[in-house]
Amino acid sequence: MRPNDHPTTVGLVQTRYFTFAEDEPFRLESGASLSPVTLAYETYGTLNRDRSNAILILHALSGSAHAAGRHHPDDPKPGWWDDCIGPGKAFDTERFFVISSNVIGSCYGSTGPASIDPTTGKPYGLRFPVVTIGDMVNAQVRLLDHLGIDTLLCAAGGSMGGMQVLEWAAHHSHRLRAAIPIATTAHHSPMLIAFSEVGRQAIYADPNWNRGDYYDRAVKPDAGLAVARMVGHITYLSERSMQQKFGRRLQGRERYGYEFQTEFEVESYLKYNGSKFTRRFDANSYLYITKAMDYFDLAARHGTLAAAFEQAQHIKFLVISFTSDWLYPSYHSKELVAALTAAGCDVTYLDIESSWGHDAFLLEVDTMTRLLSSFLDRLADETH
Amino acid sequence: MSAHPLRPDLQAIADLIPAEAGVLDLGCGEGDLLAYLVHRKHVRGRGIELAEANVLACVRRGLTVRQGRLEEGLADYPDGRFDYVVLSQTLPFLNDPAYILNEMLRVGRRAIVSFPNWGYWRCRLHLLITGRMPQAPDLPQSWWQAPRWQAFTITDFARFTREQGIRITRQIYFAHDRQVSIRKFKNLLATTAIFQLERD
Repeated sequence: MRPNDHPTTVGLVQTRYFTFAEDEPFRLESGASLSPVTLAYETYGTLNRDRSNAILILHALSGSAHAAGRHHPDDPKPGWWDDCIGPGKAFDTERFFVISSNVIGSCYGSTGPASIDPTTGKPYGLRFPVVTIGDMVNAQVRLLDHLGIDTLLCAAGGSMGGMQVLEWAAHHSHRLRAAIPIATTAHHSPMLIAFSEVGRQAIYADPNWNRGDYYDRAVKPDAGLAVARMVGHITYLSERSMQQKFGRRLQGRERYGYEFQTEFEVESYLKYNGSKFTRRFDANSYLYITKAMDYFDLAARHGTLAAAFEQAQHIKFLVISFTSDWLYPSYHSKELVAALTAAGCDVTYLDIESSWGHDAFLLEVDTMTRLLSSFLDRLADETH
Repeated sequence: MSAHPLRPDLQAIADLIPAEAGVLDLGCGEGDLLAYLVHRKHVRGRGIELAEANVLACVRRGLTVRQGRLEEGLADYPDGRFDYVVLSQTLPFLNDPAYILNEMLRVGRRAIVSFPNWGYWRCRLHLLITGRMPQAPDLPQSWWQAPRWQAFTITDFARFTREQGIRITRQIYFAHDRQVSIRKFKNLLATTAIFQLERD
């Protein structure tokens, strides 16, 4: 065990910004282009002399580049994957140079619908081009070029982060030695598209959305965004975890009121989280990022999923799913494992027993830490 | 890179496999055999294992393991991907042994199976005298405990392979923990058999 005085956090960090495509526009998969493009990112740990210890961390739908540590000493919460990134943690910052990249379309510092359109001097709103997971990754490729990193030791991420990992492996395989897609899928299923669309419809239906043109207004489409987040939140839990967390308990009362107030704890929880989300996220970004996920289908471009990974035979994969995840169920990961295996890749797969639903990828820290650190140990051994 | 010596029957299997071969170990447990083969004989090793704790142990040892049932794990592989597919001390526990054996010889050029022999003379005597079904030699659990086993003998297995068009190309016998060279009465004297199988 580590001595108690040993730091287990990366400490104070700051988000950095890389801007490119100022002269030559950045081409998107849709055919549209964007200029300039800014990507927010953070780094933890130190790049080694031969630049072989870089790990790229990719976030999910509502995430940001801030994956570990704190921006200010009095921040109530650390970055979103602080449990797994830091000295002695799964992504050990004493050994690895960890890069956490935001995605384009986001509202956390990268170019997105809330950014200023240089042609009008006003926020893009719906004039922002629709982006894809492929576009997000192509922008990250530019970031790696900027950082002078030719080959990543590995790329890792859960949920939409996992889709970016798969996109990296399929289309930039020569820059990757290993890939860790977690609780994800190689193609967004109709059910996932349906949930995305319910969220988007909630935003469209909010009169304050105003077809995406609300940045100069005092009132934002918070009601719509909150409903979208509530739907999302339900899909991240499992029936069992909701049973454990809330049961049928009432919030602050003894018996039913027979009225339309927030009565059950689960209602109060959703309302609280929906409203909290509106203080940190942009409704238009929610539209663009869910759309990017809906378009994600690696097999479509290549005929079969196995064909998508034909160039990835040298990559070591660690595929992780969770037994109670019904949003990205284990069989999506098994399908991915089958395709990778057929393509001849080295694939380790574990379906972790958990009752936390999709959120398990952030909560099953002990099992994840054992698995990730073992896998990364092997990679590090093979590098030297 | 464990310093522990391999269990003798696993060592016998390891000795059948040449260096740098492609090997799939079905039900690889904590990866004892696979770790030996990968680290000592530099084989291209893969494992399939159901138990989460075992998969974690295997990854800790630097092995590539897919968690899951044997049926689904085998189905992922194209024909002839491996030189050897190993099934060690698992045959009596399978739901569909014929299917698994045929899958082994589909994804691999050769299969190696080891299994306990209920034809061993003490087993026969046990049934004759006590009227109770004998446990296999070296098998810890009773018939009603999980995982359930199906008793069969070396003669049963040999007949089965003939019917399936499978040839036994190598045979090794154990009496308890010792390898023995038996020419006659194998089914009476061996507690465990290790066969290398090939398609006719």
